[in-house]
Amino acid sequence: MTAPEMMAVSEDRPNRLLLLWLLLPLTLLGIAIAWIASADPLRSFDNSAPPVEAFTYERTILDGDGIRVLVRAGGSEPMKVAQVQVDDAYWMFTQDPPGPIARGSTVWLRIPYPWVLGEAHAINIVTDTGATFLHEIPVAVPTPVPTQSLLWQQALIGLIVGVLPVAIGLLCYPALRGVGVAGMNFILALTVGLLAFLLVDMSLEALEMSAASAVLFQGPLLVLLAGAASFMLLMAIGRWRGAPAGLALSFYIALGIGLHNFGEGLAIGAAFAAGSAGLGTFLVLGFAVHNVTEGIGIAAPILKARPPLWSFVALTLLAGAPAVVGLWIGSLAYAPQWSALFLGIGAGAIAQVIVEVTTYMTRTGKGRNTLLSVPVITGFLVGVAFMYVTAAAIKF
Amino acid sequence: MRQNEPTDTVTRRSLLIGGLVAAGGTAVLASSAAGQQMLEHGMGAMPAPDPVNPYAAPSAHEGAHGQMMTVGRVDPETNGFDPTPMLTEWDLGTVTTMEDGRALRTFEVEASDKEIEIAPGVMFPAWTFNGRVPGPALRAKEGERLRIVFRNYGSHPHSMHFHGIHSWRMDGVPGAGLINPGEEFVYEFDAKPFGCHLYHCHALPLKRHMHKGMYGAFVIDPDPELHPEFEAVAKSRLLGTPENASWQELIMVMNAFDTNFDGANEFYAVNTIAHAYALQPIRIEKSRPVRIYLINVTEFDPINSFHLHANFFNYFDTGTTLTPTLRTVDLIMQCQAQRGILEFSYADHEAGQYMFHAHQAEFTELGWMGMFDVVED
Ligand SMILES: [Cu+2]
Repeated sequence: MTAPEMMAVSEDRPNRLLLLWLLLPLTLLGIAIAWIASADPLRSFDNSAPPVEAFTYERTILDGDGIRVLVRAGGSEPMKVAQVQVDDAYWMFTQDPPGPIARGSTVWLRIPYPWVLGEAHAINIVTDTGATFLHEIPVAVPTPVPTQSLLWQQALIGLIVGVLPVAIGLLCYPALRGVGVAGMNFILALTVGLLAFLLVDMSLEALEMSAASAVLFQGPLLVLLAGAASFMLLMAIGRWRGAPAGLALSFYIALGIGLHNFGEGLAIGAAFAAGSAGLGTFLVLGFAVHNVTEGIGIAAPILKARPPLWSFVALTLLAGAPAVVGLWIGSLAYAPQWSALFLGIGAGAIAQVIVEVTTYMTRTGKGRNTLLSVPVITGFLVGVAFMYVTAAAIKF
Repeated sequence: MRQNEPTDTVTRRSLLIGGLVAAGGTAVLASSAAGQQMLEHGMGAMPAPDPVNPYAAPSAHEGAHGQMMTVGRVDPETNGFDPTPMLTEWDLGTVTTMEDGRALRTFEVEASDKEIEIAPGVMFPAWTFNGRVPGPALRAKEGERLRIVFRNYGSHPHSMHFHGIHSWRMDGVPGAGLINPGEEFVYEFDAKPFGCHLYHCHALPLKRHMHKGMYGAFVIDPDPELHPEFEAVAKSRLLGTPENASWQELIMVMNAFDTNFDGANEFYAVNTIAHAYALQPIRIEKSRPVRIYLINVTEFDPINSFHLHANFFNYFDTGTTLTPTLRTVDLIMQCQAQRGILEFSYADHEAGQYMFHAHQAEFTELGWMGMFDVVED
């Protein structure tokens, strides 16, 4: 029976038969698993080598009780923490929950070690097989705890790096309204330039983050999938009723930038928690200046429209406020795989607005030729260059 | 010993110093104290089984090591050897008289592969002599004929290379007593010179066969009749004499284990088990003098050392003299295969716990630390 014939037949039969056909391969799979598990036909491959072991340090907490680390096991068999070294000394520790650690699950290790403020420390787990898993704390500072004052202070930083620059950029709106076609194209291209910078920057950061996460999360794939999914989803939603323009396009840009700022907040918060970043005035101001173009970018599609006032507030909050939330989450519940995931989603969203803004330009201008016009090329390059230069203040 | 390579520490440190002042940093660093100020905020999420304050000096009941200690105990039953009896356990072989009237001492040693627990919960795939690490502590008397029947039940070629005086044919190197799995070889030579020696496998690569556990003590007691000028000293060294019986003799083999096979040791110890004598101090009767046969077999690190707390000792390098080669010291160094005899006494001390350890602090903190429990007798 050829394939078309079979399809023809099955169309005539009741649905129950279709279900039966589906059951057959599933049953076979079940039998195969049961057989492999019980009869162990692969035992000849067992060279009695020790099991594969992997630990990933996901969080480190330093406080007055010493050091605590959250570790995720990724072994081929449940893993056992036999001993813990801190700075090449065996130190007493407690494990919560105790016992062997199944693949994919996490435990907290509490080590009452007198860590020293501002200095480096190294934690080394020794498993029952004698394998070791090292984790370095480059600069020991107390881990922030969620007190009200801390949350306020972080919110303030979030507002400065996220909301403030977007608001400043949007305040250019009245001034920019007067520009002609060339000026309009320049500003739109500037927006694409800054978005392109963010896309590359975010993708690289997401991949870097994913490298720090447990292997079983398949970090790079996670980032690519999250990016592709958010891109396609946003494209589909955006194109529901034709390509977005005007205020709608501004909102999509604000969403993409909001996701980016969320990721940026996560990174700042995590650096905060890890003690690896002292958030100096310089750094915070750097972020603020770096992000000013975001507001201009959001304003670009609505220059020829007359949106209501509330929409400016909404755009500002959508683009900037996620930085606050990101900071909170990043500093209090940081894990590399989540950062990678969110950065991936953000990258997808940025890609979507790049496509949409470019489409908008070609549609409002003289088709594809617009993209090669002097204002557009200059705008794009100025956008990228501005982002690159201001990023110098915030990259470490 | 491990060399940590700080990757981005420098840049991050400078960042910290440069920027800690402002914006949000203040929320974290209210003072320059070592983090205690975070205590009152309480982390909430975690159960707190023990209220240990890491910044407080350990109290007496916590022991001299405080929190700096391996967690748990090694079960001597599963290992088949116990570090405490091992201190005084000599393999004397069997003695017969040869036709010329000389004593013939015969030892039987078997090599085998064995998984041993070298620290609580940490298993190590060792190669052993007689199923233990270190191997049996062989002891003979100067001038005896020695016969060591060696059988290799291991999975690799092995040998016994004795530090002593013998023919090249008995040297335990390839072509002279290095045997394949399933084979047998008999090493035969005279027991000389007297002293504190060792034997080890000399299969290649040597590093691997050493650190996998193939070594042991080899002590030759001086024959008092051959040393009339120091007869009393020689008698005190000769096992079985009344003079010797007053001494408390201990065998200590300083060794280490590279459990992750990266060419650096994770665990250091005396007689294999990290922290064994810290958790179970060695009982010493105050009035009886102490003699330690100390041997270093540590691989990868160039030297090891022995430091005695609150006391000084006389040292006989390689044990081949009857007068000390170093007097009144509290620390000696040994490179690999170097060894010697330590003699000291607690007769004038207050009873109590006295520490001893390597004075490479790193070795100490990775397991090479112990206590003497000096008691009134
Ligand atoms: Cu060997």
